[in-house]
Amino acid sequence: MGMFSTFHIAGSALSAQSMRLNAVASNLANADSVVGADGKPYRAKQVVFEATPINGESGQGVRVKQIVEDASPGRMSYDPRNPAADDKGYVTMPNVSVVDEMVNMISASRSYQTNAEVMNTAKQLLLKTLTLGQ
Amino acid sequence: MASKIDNALSFQQQVLGLRAQRQQILAGNIANADTPNYKARDFDFSAALKEAVAGRSSGNLALSTTDAAHLPGSTQQSSARLLYRNPAQPSADGNTVEMDIERAQFSENAVQYEASVAFITAQIKLLTAAVQA
Repeated sequence: MGMFSTFHIAGSALSAQSMRLNAVASNLANADSVVGADGKPYRAKQVVFEATPINGESGQGVRVKQIVEDASPGRMSYDPRNPAADDKGYVTMPNVSVVDEMVNMISASRSYQTNAEVMNTAKQLLLKTLTLGQ
Repeated sequence: MASKIDNALSFQQQVLGLRAQRQQILAGNIANADTPNYKARDFDFSAALKEAVAGRSSGNLALSTTDAAHLPGSTQQSSARLLYRNPAQPSADGNTVEMDIERAQFSENAVQYEASVAFITAQIKLLTAAVQA
């Protein structure tokens, strides 16, 4: 339906980017969580994006296909006084890379801004169309 | 007489339709700037407009006329042939969206859309002046 699906496309990107920001927040908050709900160290979560058609129109929206857990090994930190330490005194820390997550956060917030701007432009164009002939 | 007014406005109507479609495609490119393996799409605007004006747009379906009294007609939906963009700097994840190009094209398309609306408004004013004179 013409220009209205621009809103759907940009809206789908907004919700996908906010999910990515959510995952970043979870990873940063748990960067030092040695024990999770399952008794193991927290594993970093990453969202996977996928292009998806929006009700048969030519533009493509985006959606979160799945949320994967980072399989890389956790950081080992020497802390023999920690109750979670192994017999050599090492504690397995979460595999969250704080630097990567900060980069991810900046990228997600920039993409969010861009798509919000796309929505604004589409709104302006629709309003201009409404004043057609006046 | 109605058809003359229709003729006066139909060119800009086609332009607006194609501009709206292009806006959607560019919005899709911007939305998928972080999607792995997404290929940026666009279409050749002047070629699509030529086809739309000539009435042989790929999406057009003509009404079949089985009686001499039937009026000819075709679906107004103009749809252009989608192409893939050639990236200057493709990224490692297979994505070919280049944000600077997409943003520039998006802004340009928005301005052209507004220009089209302004042209239609001017044409309507002209017709109104002719009617009231």
